[in-house]
Amino acid sequence: MCKGRNMGEYIIEMLNITKDFPGIRANDNISLQLKKGEIHALLGENGAGKSTLMSILFGLYKPDAGRILKNGKEVNINDPNDANRLGIGMVHQHFKLVHNFTVLENIILGVETTERGVLKMGAARDKVVELSERYGLKVEPDLLISDITVGMQQRVEILKMLYRDNEILIFDEPTAVLTPQEIEELMLVMRGMADEGKSILFITHKLEEIKKVADRCTVLRKGKMVATVPVATTTVEEMAEMMVGRKMRFTIDKDEVSLGKPVLSVDNLCVKGAHEKNAVNNVSFDVHEGEIVCIVGIDGNGQSELAYAIAGLMDVASGSIKFMGEDISRATVRTRNDLGLAHIPEDRYKYGLVLDFDLQQNLALKNYYAPELQNRGFINYPAVREQADMLIEKFDIRSAQGADTMARSMSGGNQQKAIIAREINADPKLLIAVQPTRGLDVGAMMYIHEQLLQQRKEGKAILLISLELDEVFQLSDRILVIYEGNIVAQLAAKDATPQLLGLYMAGSKGESA
Amino acid sequence: MNKIKKWLLSISPSLIAILSGVFAGFIIMLISNPANAFSGLIVILKGGWNSGMKGVGQVLYFATPIILTGLSVGFAFKTGMFNIGASGQLVVGALASIYVGINWTFLPGHLHWIVAMLMGTLAGMVWGMLVGLLKAYRNVNEVISAIMLNYIGMYGVNYLIKSSNSMYDILRNQTANVAASAAIPKAGLDNIFYNLIGKFKDVSSVNAGIIIAVVVAIIIHILLNRTTFGYELKACGHNRYASQYAGVNENRAIILSMAIAGALSGMAGALMFLAPPSGMHIHVQEVLAPQGFNGIAVALLGLSHPIGIIFAALFIAHITVGGGYLQSLRYMREIIDIIIGLIIYFSAFSLLMRNIVLRATRKRKQYAGEEEAGV
Repeated sequence: MCKGRNMGEYIIEMLNITKDFPGIRANDNISLQLKKGEIHALLGENGAGKSTLMSILFGLYKPDAGRILKNGKEVNINDPNDANRLGIGMVHQHFKLVHNFTVLENIILGVETTERGVLKMGAARDKVVELSERYGLKVEPDLLISDITVGMQQRVEILKMLYRDNEILIFDEPTAVLTPQEIEELMLVMRGMADEGKSILFITHKLEEIKKVADRCTVLRKGKMVATVPVATTTVEEMAEMMVGRKMRFTIDKDEVSLGKPVLSVDNLCVKGAHEKNAVNNVSFDVHEGEIVCIVGIDGNGQSELAYAIAGLMDVASGSIKFMGEDISRATVRTRNDLGLAHIPEDRYKYGLVLDFDLQQNLALKNYYAPELQNRGFINYPAVREQADMLIEKFDIRSAQGADTMARSMSGGNQQKAIIAREINADPKLLIAVQPTRGLDVGAMMYIHEQLLQQRKEGKAILLISLELDEVFQLSDRILVIYEGNIVAQLAAKDATPQLLGLYMAGSKGESA
Repeated sequence: MNKIKKWLLSISPSLIAILSGVFAGFIIMLISNPANAFSGLIVILKGGWNSGMKGVGQVLYFATPIILTGLSVGFAFKTGMFNIGASGQLVVGALASIYVGINWTFLPGHLHWIVAMLMGTLAGMVWGMLVGLLKAYRNVNEVISAIMLNYIGMYGVNYLIKSSNSMYDILRNQTANVAASAAIPKAGLDNIFYNLIGKFKDVSSVNAGIIIAVVVAIIIHILLNRTTFGYELKACGHNRYASQYAGVNENRAIILSMAIAGALSGMAGALMFLAPPSGMHIHVQEVLAPQGFNGIAVALLGLSHPIGIIFAALFIAHITVGGGYLQSLRYMREIIDIIIGLIIYFSAFSLLMRNIVLRATRKRKQYAGEEEAGV
């Protein structure tokens, strides 16, 4: 790696950065050097320390040790304003935009051009238009943020950085919210910006994207730096191995399973949304025994509401939900659970766990009232513990104090394992899994995929709702695409391609287009 | 060893709140009359012990109603609700038990006080349940409806007393004496808590009420921690979404929990106003019963734990009794109210304080998991 270099080669250098949080070293002696005009990927699993490192660069945290150099000179970054002054900009994973402002107003917010205290929008508009043309970032300056697509919102965020003449651009998992086509477009834009001399830090855990667009890649694992490698000469498998610290399989074997009778039949289902529009609109589909049906769509197109309606957490406006032939559209959650419906909820902190209960109580959340765990209204705590110990063993749930650990203090992956253990333990007929691997590292993800396939093999019906196309292709037998509350396509998994799904997900194909 | 440490850690916010409150009271005494401040502090800390066994009995006597209102507030807390209506529930319960105590003399002696107490409990239960019903079916914030029901309760009780022939003592503008059979028995406690003045036994007011209150606290503890019902209530309190997801009937949990909270306050009123020999009297005046609000202090100080609440109530009663003796040092007894107020105030910061203690004791391990998930 070390070849002779002059002082001007690196625009930003973070040298020997160490950052401690109580009980954990998030960054351990990490060095990252960003060349001018390169796209530098930062790769690592969740919890590897990527976000901490970037937060230090952006002035959100102070490092405990280490130096930051810009153009060879040491700098102090105490807050995001310092970072801005140094030309460092960041597109956050969750956009920071004012929804009732226009695109133009959002871009200039904080650096408005004024004359005697009166806004001068003319010059600002010219600059924004010029920038958007130069970099191929199509935006409508006068539309409200609330009226534009997520993809355009992201372009607004990028323009915000460019408008401030930032030279160092940090992208924090920018592709998580985009369709395949939009990802394609973003890659081109990033390449274009790098060619214009901007330096880009690209945080991701998606290896194909790194391969496609990055020049170099720094890999972090458990707070330590593994290596910085040139992307062109490194294979995806090698990067993956560096990331997880072991060889890993990318595909799981999927056995042929014959379809049984339909378990879930949704017929013309409508669910009211927050506004007048239906969040779920006339949706119909079946899920059979031994089948994984996957609903894909860009976040916020009604898939969450659909799952909540089936699970009984949201009211059905019209239409019906049949479970094993029985109409459960108006049934209570308890009735549905007792009939054999299990639910891995989208938001594990809100629905999935009582964070201030310990693990054994959380594992009993769905069956504390069952005869095996209670006697005349008194909970049989030895039995609750026995059940917890059995599930901890079987599903390899790791925690500091076993069954007594507070759910709050467990890691995200183990919290999710606990939920999955509980739901599978109920021996359901239908399992609704909503983004079951969100925020989990590769190891936990593989584990959960295997569990879902195991359930399929046992003849359970599975309704999977996912935003990750990789996951969808790995697991599903049938794919339904949801767009603005409507099912716009229904495909067998073998007939689907990312490009095709992308078109449906963006609404540019299908009945509503 | 680890268990003791954990326990100490969990009660540390209360201990800090108490120390800070007492210290602040000491400073106030220093400012108002520096010469006696130190002896004043001793008097406060000695509490009931200032006057021997009778004083100790008085502490138990004053603790009785606030154990129950503390349980009332603490129980609702556990279910995620703030029962600020203990005062109204208490006075409604008091009236019901006084009514039975005066009028239902047809009951046999040993049953009379029990029925009177249970009717008071029932009345408080209805009053608390109203709050729960409003919240469950009309989504009315329980704080607002409970505050309004406090006033409705107080004025309603005043009206009922004045319009009743049997209950109203027109000369003293208060309720009449209850029948001797309706007074709570002393259960032998008068043979323990008394001072001898010559040959005369100066007996404390303590009665079987304190035993009932402690037993009720233990029952509530079992209900919360051993039963499916308690599990559901706590799940609702910690995370109502997760309890919906688990299929818990949330409305039922809200209504029942407020009904039980109301019953506890109603029982507090009954035990207070059925004290021997002839009951306390409800004065017809426009004041909300302070025992209801002291229940909030007790619940906060006891960290809403039923057993913790017993000790918190004993402590509050202890310094209240101590405050009575402060006057001999020419201090106002209101200093005690200031101290109790400050203790509530500090208890409200309990979480913050716990974190300070955590950092001080370098118990950092607990955080590791959270940080990891957040990185």
